[in-house]
Amino acid sequence: MKTKLFSYSVGNTVIHKMSGGTKFLCFVMTSLAAMLTYDIRVLLFIAVFSYSLLPVAKITWKQIRGLMYYFFAFLWLNVVLTYLFSPEAGVEMFGTRTLLLTITSRYTITAEQLLYQFAKAMKYIAVIPMGMIFIFTTESSEFAASLSTAGISYKISYAVSLTLRYFPDVQRDYQTISFAQQARGLEMSKKAKLIDRFKYAAQIIFPLIISSLTMIEKITNAMDLRGFGKKKKRTWYSRRPMNAADYGAIAVTGTIAAVTILMMIFAPYGRFWNPMI
Amino acid sequence: MKSKFSLGQFNTRTTVAIGIGTAIFIVLFWFIKIPTPIPGVTFQAASALCAIFACLFGPVAGFLIGFIGHVLTDALSWGGVWWSWALANGLAGFIFGFTYKKTRVEEGIFKGKDILIFNVVQVIANILAWALIAPAGDVVIFKEVASVVFLQGISSAINNCISTGIFGTLLLVAYAATKTKKGSLSRKNG
Repeated sequence: MKTKLFSYSVGNTVIHKMSGGTKFLCFVMTSLAAMLTYDIRVLLFIAVFSYSLLPVAKITWKQIRGLMYYFFAFLWLNVVLTYLFSPEAGVEMFGTRTLLLTITSRYTITAEQLLYQFAKAMKYIAVIPMGMIFIFTTESSEFAASLSTAGISYKISYAVSLTLRYFPDVQRDYQTISFAQQARGLEMSKKAKLIDRFKYAAQIIFPLIISSLTMIEKITNAMDLRGFGKKKKRTWYSRRPMNAADYGAIAVTGTIAAVTILMMIFAPYGRFWNPMI
Repeated sequence: MKSKFSLGQFNTRTTVAIGIGTAIFIVLFWFIKIPTPIPGVTFQAASALCAIFACLFGPVAGFLIGFIGHVLTDALSWGGVWWSWALANGLAGFIFGFTYKKTRVEEGIFKGKDILIFNVVQVIANILAWALIAPAGDVVIFKEVASVVFLQGISSAINNCISTGIFGTLLLVAYAATKTKKGSLSRKNG
């Protein structure tokens, strides 16, 4: 069972040495670019760019395969559903129709549909490495500091830091309560009636929430006693200073985002570049 | 009860409540899945947690627990974030917060009218967020096929209404019972 949220792996690469704020910004900017465009050339470029960063950060397939399997299980459903509901969505969006194969009168395969569905999948496939690099090369204590660097209010950043710090505790409490209730004969599986399953789940969640509310009061008092929230700004122990590599990374991903958005606005074909024309 | 709608203060307690609330949100999201007779459909308790915390700590806490919780669970389970749904989750949390100080839960009473208020608000929040905002965001931002995302949205709206209704009500009733009621002590011989 997972005990830490971030599967941080120690390393000494260029990417490990960057500030967490930089990696967060780069992730958000590439996500933004990939999210907005349907231009397959841009998406492929982003994909090549982000996958080539994986070896730079020394991230191995073994580390990421769990995440990848989960993602593809999730993607598969979306691909199938989209095709079943709307086999000609691509034709509508790209404005041309290149018929490749007719299965039935409704279910045809057109080049536009393939392009549309491929591009849609690429939107996610292309940015996943950026997210993974962020998760695997950022220490969780530095993450909060980096959010604050990225311009987010320090109280919110601190809340995120508390989440990461207390996740293992909450998870341990959950397990203890769950085992204790199961020892008393709580049946959570399909053998129990549906309404009973709700009742039993509530019997685990309730002690968890009550003990957490007590914990909230304790932590609040401890933080108030140390003067949390008295000043407008705060410094972070685990913050990393920005160096040349940071500015370089921000410049590169910033350019990708800017070019993508400019292309969307000024290119005559807008978001949908159509290679069939 | 009589106070107007308020965003609540953003004090240390709110900060801590958001932090811990999000941690519980993630734990519940990953570990509590109640199977139903329909394959692939499970009930989750994470949305109810968000509603309970929004009711106790205000709409800002609700928004942030929903949004940060969704972003973190997404990013940590497959490396990306489905932004339109994350925002919808935050929005649901914000609307749940309309129950903040509108029920008597902190006074130790949660029945009848309070249960009604809580459930009306949670149904509105879940429907607006999942059946409307999330799929609309998908269509506008991602150009997803409307029928697919609205089907997914409506089914998760129904699902969340049921689980928030059941878990949220049960847990708030239980929570109210732990609070000392006003006037629960009486003096002997007046």
